[in-house]
Amino acid sequence: MTALLSIRDLTVRYRRGGVEVTALKGISLDVEAGERLAIIGESGSGKSTLALAIARLLARSARVGGTIEWSASLLQKSQSVTPPSGLPAISPARGEIGSLVAGSPSATLETGESRDDGLISPLAGEMPGRVEGGVPERRPSAIGDNNIPLLGRDIGFVFQDPSSSLDPVMPVGKQIAEVARTHLNLAWADAYAKAKTLLERVRLPDPEAALRACPHQLSGGQKQRVAIAAAIAAGPKLLIADEATSALDTIVQAEIVSLIRGLVTEDGMTLAFISHDIALAATLAERIAVLRHGELIELGETDQILNAPRHAYTRTLLDAHLGLDAKPLLDRQGASA
Amino acid sequence: MKRLHRFFQTPEAIAGALILALLVIMALAAPLLFPGDPQAIAGPALLSPFQHWSLPLGTDRLGRDVLAELFHGARTSLAVGLTAAAAALLVGAVVGTMAGFAGGLIDEVLMRITDAFQTVPSFLLALAFVSIVGPSLGVVIAAIALGAWTGPARVARAEVLSIRERDYVAGARVIGMHPLEIAFREVLPNALPPVLALSSVIVAAAILTEAALSFLGLGDPNRVTWGGMIAEGRTVLRTAPFLSIVPGIALVLTVLGVYLAGEGVVESTAVRRSLS
Amino acid sequence: MTVLAVSNLSKRYRRGGKPFAAVDDVSFEIGPAETLALAGPSGSGKSTIARLALRLLEPDAGRIQFEGADFLALSGAALRARRARLQMVFQDPLAAFNPRSIVARVLDDPLRIHGIASRSERPRRIAALLERVGLDAGLAARAIHEISGGQRQRVAIARAIATRPSLIVLDEAVSALDVSVRGQILELLLDLQRQERIAYLFISHDLGVIRAVAHRIVILDAGRVAESGDARTVIASPQSAIGKALVAATPRLNRIKTP
Ligand SMILES: Nc1ncnc2c1ncn2[C@@H]1O[C@H](COP(=O)(O)OP(=O)(O)OP(=O)(O)O)[C@@H](O)[C@H]1O
Ligand SMILES: Nc1ncnc2c1ncn2[C@@H]1O[C@H](COP(=O)(O)OP(=O)(O)OP(=O)(O)O)[C@@H](O)[C@H]1O
Ligand SMILES: [Mg+2]
Ligand SMILES: [Mg+2]
Repeated sequence: MTALLSIRDLTVRYRRGGVEVTALKGISLDVEAGERLAIIGESGSGKSTLALAIARLLARSARVGGTIEWSASLLQKSQSVTPPSGLPAISPARGEIGSLVAGSPSATLETGESRDDGLISPLAGEMPGRVEGGVPERRPSAIGDNNIPLLGRDIGFVFQDPSSSLDPVMPVGKQIAEVARTHLNLAWADAYAKAKTLLERVRLPDPEAALRACPHQLSGGQKQRVAIAAAIAAGPKLLIADEATSALDTIVQAEIVSLIRGLVTEDGMTLAFISHDIALAATLAERIAVLRHGELIELGETDQILNAPRHAYTRTLLDAHLGLDAKPLLDRQGASA
Repeated sequence: MKRLHRFFQTPEAIAGALILALLVIMALAAPLLFPGDPQAIAGPALLSPFQHWSLPLGTDRLGRDVLAELFHGARTSLAVGLTAAAAALLVGAVVGTMAGFAGGLIDEVLMRITDAFQTVPSFLLALAFVSIVGPSLGVVIAAIALGAWTGPARVARAEVLSIRERDYVAGARVIGMHPLEIAFREVLPNALPPVLALSSVIVAAAILTEAALSFLGLGDPNRVTWGGMIAEGRTVLRTAPFLSIVPGIALVLTVLGVYLAGEGVVESTAVRRSLS
Repeated sequence: MTVLAVSNLSKRYRRGGKPFAAVDDVSFEIGPAETLALAGPSGSGKSTIARLALRLLEPDAGRIQFEGADFLALSGAALRARRARLQMVFQDPLAAFNPRSIVARVLDDPLRIHGIASRSERPRRIAALLERVGLDAGLAARAIHEISGGQRQRVAIARAIATRPSLIVLDEAVSALDVSVRGQILELLLDLQRQERIAYLFISHDLGVIRAVAHRIVILDAGRVAESGDARTVIASPQSAIGKALVAATPRLNRIKTP
């Protein structure tokens, strides 16, 4: 297997009210082309920061060190597409899709130093990720590399809260078609046809009607399907899902997970699946990376992580999982009413 | 501390704060610098400014010291502006909180009353009130507050409507807290920031209304007011325009200062809110 | 003896002009020191039932018996006094407290309102409550936003037990917590249950958690009871379609069992 991207010594620091928070400390990790990698850890361990760094979406206030190298040969196909300089104006209010423009290849290389304008991402809350808010203003982060991937074209990003990446009052079909049009140079008619196929692929009931529906008319699970459709519209090499199912109930969560698995397999995409739930990650991933306090403490095949964890912390996480086969706490304590 | 620091980051806020500080110093220093009655005769009538060292701004038609009047007028303007605004904010916040928190019939009745007050121009309301009850400081303050509480009431109600659905209000009910305590101790303080954001506009408007009432001769006759000074000067506008211009400038600067400082506060708290 | 008996409870809302039943003819009972779990997909009516049981919402139909008396007949001061026995812990421990409050005030309120301790006695009681939920008494002076999510949830539990309730409703009370913290909070809840004989109405969509702490389970679907029974039996072999779907959707760790 070849690495789609190699992360070397990645360090990310945020400044918050005068204090510096080190969110990631010297992370080195290869993401293999075509693999399903899960990144797990507890709240504040740096999962989202890693995802944002890969997608070059870090907040301005972040100071970044280290490198993320993308494989030139794997990005080649997309490099031939015209740069988005001649694009129609895309509303900046549109979160994810808007930031596609921000990810333009003209971004320059500026490692480290960046202005602290007091921007604090909603990811910075103290609550675990399940209550994350919208996407703050972001800028392509400064990471030294030659092959600069483009968000939307090379990377698809699915956030925990689909409302943050979708325009609530723009028809779903148009939002997806716009991504296809921008990155695949399609005409509107073809882009719409593509959007419809995508909605079918994410198994939205009645895709024809869904094309014209606005996100606010859809349930949480349906919105997340639309967000996935938009994320994969341009056929990205890498799909990043950051707690994409945490806000959903278990039944919808299982559906979305199996949807992601199917899409990734069919299209030969690489998947970075970010979750706080080790059991959920294990159902989907071939390899699991465990983060704790910004450090990569263990990386291994799913089987090995589950059955022979090397790090005590991984074992703690496994033991804390309350599965359907675990011994109930009621019994452990001996008493029962 | 941080908030203060942020407040002083815009030049407008600094200018506003300086003007207000000057005004407060004037008001506080008035009885020290100009003890005795500012309405007493201090020299020859209609002395132009910068003619005599002890009467730097000259005298008016009756020979009263304009500078002394200006200082004492600052007291009245500030006192009326702040008290009337405070009364309007208090009444508005209480009415808005009750309407928003109680809902139903109470809300309906309170909001119809608010509507009624809002449809009458506030200056006419103040004018009518003072003409009926008679001019005195307290009545002027009440008259101005009467026309100014509807804005805060609406803002407070809107805020309360959103706050009352929060978990912590349900939590307060669960522990058996009395509805009035929930409304005024748990909900109201959290609904205040947007209401207080109105205060600069209300203070500025109150100061202007007070001046206008005094100009029409409906101010407290026992107090010097800038509005009264302008009215006095109007009769000799051609020969001694400074008598109207000096208090006029003071009035404009005060209103501007209040407004700028208020904007500064709103701005600095807005940054804080978006951060948290 | 039952602590809470809910029968034929219904609550309708309007959606797009049409009325629909968020809770439809739901009945269940909870005994002393028992944990009854409410499970179901999103929108199945779990939180609505919790709010109805607490009289934060008024039902359209049905009866609620609490500690043997008609809970729906109470109002005003009588209802407020009764609330001492029936408490709640919310999902988001930050949203559950007045953002301006400090820990001491949060715990002082129930003690004051229900006249449980005199003013001079309260600081001691607050310290004891904090220690009871495994927190340092020194935390009392902290603002609510200055403590961690797990600590906040402990404070929420301390507030709930301050008035010695017979029932606590836990609406997704552990769903937002990290797994390690979650384990500790669940242990604390079980410990309180054994010592103070508190019953729990435990709402969650995570069957793993329910199986770990609940005695019985009620599975809801679209506002109706789909099935109910002993928690482990139902989860081991669900009979209803929704029960089967919930069990199938619960992620499993396929670890090779070590003897
Ligand atoms: N924009 C920011 N400014 C300042 N600090 C930040 C910012 N974003 C994240 N942090 C901090 O960096 C650390 C890592 O945060 P990150 O969001 O990557 O964690 P996470 O693993 O995704 O957690 P969660 O499970 O809660 O989503 C935390 O301490 C967080 O408070
Ligand atoms: N105030 C309201 N007005 C209208 N509909 C409401 C209201 N509150 C809840 N509903 C609806 O009632 C149904 C049940 O909601 P409820 O919050 O009880 O579900 P839940 O089981 O707690 O879901 P979740 O697991 O997502 O918390 C949902 O369809 C919801 O949209
Ligand atoms: Mg995160
Ligand atoms: Mg709920």
